[in-house]
Amino acid sequence: MTNFLGQGKLSRRGLLQGGAALGAAALLGMPQGLQAQPRRGGMLRIAVVQGGVNDTLDPTTFNGGQHIFLGWCLRNNLTEIGADGALKPELAESWESDDAITWRFNLRRGVEFHNGKPFTAEDVIASLNLHRGEDSTSGAKALLDGVTEITSEGDHLVRVVLSGPNADFPFTLSDYHFNICPVMPDGTVDVSGTGTGGYILENFDPGVRTRLRRNPNYWKEGAAHFDEGEVLLINDPTAATNALVTGEVHAIESSEYRTLALLGRRPDIQVESVPGGFHGTFAMNSAIAPFNDNNLRLALKYGIDRQAIVDMVLKGHGVVANDHPISPMMPYHDAELEQRPYDPERARYHLQQAGHDELTLRLSVSDGLYVGAVDAVTMYREHAAPAGLDIEVLREPGDGYWSDVWMRKPFFAGSWGPRPVPDMILTSAYASNAAWNEGAFSNARFDELLVAARGELDQTRRASMYAEMQRLLSDEGGSIIPFFRNHVYGRSTNVAHSGQVGSDWPLDGHRAMERWWTA
Amino acid sequence: MSAVLNMILQRVFLGLLTLLVVSALVFVSVEFLPGDVAEQILGQSATPETLAALREQLGLNTPPVQRYLAWLGGILQGDFGRSVINQREITAILADRLGNTLFLAAMATLIAVPLAVGLGILAALKRNTWIDRWINIGTLTAISFPEFFVAYGLIYVFSAKLGWLPSISVVGSDTALSDRLVLTLLPALTLTLIVTAHMMRMTRASLINLLALPYVEMARLKGAAQRRVVVVHALPNAVAPIVNVIALNIAYMIAGVVIVEVVFVYPGLGQLLVDSVSKRDVTVVQAACLIFASAFILFNLVADVISILSNPRLLHRSTK
Repeated sequence: MTNFLGQGKLSRRGLLQGGAALGAAALLGMPQGLQAQPRRGGMLRIAVVQGGVNDTLDPTTFNGGQHIFLGWCLRNNLTEIGADGALKPELAESWESDDAITWRFNLRRGVEFHNGKPFTAEDVIASLNLHRGEDSTSGAKALLDGVTEITSEGDHLVRVVLSGPNADFPFTLSDYHFNICPVMPDGTVDVSGTGTGGYILENFDPGVRTRLRRNPNYWKEGAAHFDEGEVLLINDPTAATNALVTGEVHAIESSEYRTLALLGRRPDIQVESVPGGFHGTFAMNSAIAPFNDNNLRLALKYGIDRQAIVDMVLKGHGVVANDHPISPMMPYHDAELEQRPYDPERARYHLQQAGHDELTLRLSVSDGLYVGAVDAVTMYREHAAPAGLDIEVLREPGDGYWSDVWMRKPFFAGSWGPRPVPDMILTSAYASNAAWNEGAFSNARFDELLVAARGELDQTRRASMYAEMQRLLSDEGGSIIPFFRNHVYGRSTNVAHSGQVGSDWPLDGHRAMERWWTA
Repeated sequence: MSAVLNMILQRVFLGLLTLLVVSALVFVSVEFLPGDVAEQILGQSATPETLAALREQLGLNTPPVQRYLAWLGGILQGDFGRSVINQREITAILADRLGNTLFLAAMATLIAVPLAVGLGILAALKRNTWIDRWINIGTLTAISFPEFFVAYGLIYVFSAKLGWLPSISVVGSDTALSDRLVLTLLPALTLTLIVTAHMMRMTRASLINLLALPYVEMARLKGAAQRRVVVVHALPNAVAPIVNVIALNIAYMIAGVVIVEVVFVYPGLGQLLVDSVSKRDVTVVQAACLIFASAFILFNLVADVISILSNPRLLHRSTK
């Protein structure tokens, strides 16, 4: 796999260079025709995963690739994570806050929904309220817990009041659940697929495919270049790869690491490998014995050879992590924090400090989490053995993993999607009162810093707070985080993009339909 | 004839009883699976509050027996109910998928049955020649490979190398018949390769038995042409066992082709069933299982009736 990297075929790297070359070409005054110009027309066919016959387009039910992708074909959010990872205005033209508690969002004027209804503040309020309230079943309910009030001031200004300061609140609104849908005359929200997005729903066949046609009235400049789109649901990775290789689809949401090199050898297929925030965890319930002893947690953290797992399981498509969830792609990542090495001697020392000569532990895992999860644990077992730790691989069925294994067993594997800012992942999974605090981490200093950093508007102070939190998690946290894995997916050379693809989700931040064009 | 009618009625009654047992078994098994609908829908994002709210909305707080009886009552009135998850009419969800499954099964049957019976007759007539051997080796090889291997083999040759046929078969309700035929050809060929051996061997074996009987020899002696001996004298007596095997294979092609559907991304009932089991959508699972069970019961019934009608001796014995 080092070969693969050495050949310069790693797409992101190559494309970044390509982007730089293009910039230089523009400076030198090369003719326009030689630059990669978006072209209008053609059709994009994409294969996505996760979903079935029960899918709806109701954003409160969104939880996977297909949902996210379709949501952003049909609709927009108030804010958007750009291909460069920065937060950009979308349906909100601008926003402001003096105290990070009261936020004012100025809405874009002259935007219409597919059904002709003008976009106004009432649509924003109703769409956000879908995820609030006692009886909301939205997966994003927790993200809006801090919102106490959403009101309008005129048709084009929305005021949101929070219970405490949150400097990242505009980032929160870029979450894929917070699609803006139109309010209907009877006051209900139309969640059937009408939006302000670049594509209009032609036909939605749940579990099979979705057909889209371009919105001729799209407000966004230089976006949505294809005339038509088709989104196929192909859950089986081999079938998806077949479809890409035989030209049935132009891109697939995810490829398997082990077939990537073969795929990249084809001249008509470009492999995209994009560093992102996806990470696997091995979480310990640090509220109970034996994991309540930090020496044991440290022993387990020193006992894993992270680089070996990145090389073997991810085939090099990832980077080692340092037992905290802030990836190098995220703002406030602390590059100064020393990377924990693989050191069986130190692991043995900490194990003895914890009062054990040898210890047998059972780690629950399932390949349903991500491809190679079981292999990663099997390798971990080998790494930890010299330290006197015997980690038994307890293979659990993927079906029912989240309800019966995750956060139920004392020691288990988890998997986390990317978040645009540290606060979102730290608040969901590491605050002592968080619903998904999988490592049962409880640290008063950490909780205090978390709240303070959320409301801190001074960037330097904020960065030092997040750095301290990263150190606390790395040294005391209940989760072993061995790696961040890249998004890897195949793209046909018949479709092109600007050279920079989004790293928040695969398929150019799941916005390929609006950002890519026919080559 | 009343004897036949009697038999049919009796079979239908037993069939319905079987369906009732199947539905109860399916309901109980889904209840035993870990996690309920609400947990499956929310997945990792489940919190105690959202779980409680969703369970309330989906009506999961009523006891299982009550839910089963309510569902059964609906069925008796021809109402399959609604999906537990998205409240869509199950009849609507099933209609498309069932149509796709039947289309694929019909297409595979139209290719496989004439092929298998033809090859069987040929093999029986050319018994122990190289033709017979090659037919046997060919069909038995095809059946010995796992379904997905046969499917990938066909994709490799016809899609990846030759580029004649698409590798995935995504059909929708608005797909034209001509497109549908092209899209469905590879899965139909896969099924053909899998079922041919079974039917071919049965045809060959039955015919070989019959061809050795004195009455066939008599027919030959009186100077009947080979073709007439096989088609008029031998084949009618071999119908019963052949039809039985064909019926079993058709039922299999309706109910047992999940793997082929997954490989070709074909939106049939099998995929629907797998989807619904993983989401714990009990009502859809039950409806799909009832359809599968009905297919087996129906085709076996048809096969029995045909074999009795084709054999006067069976018919008359039952009138005694």
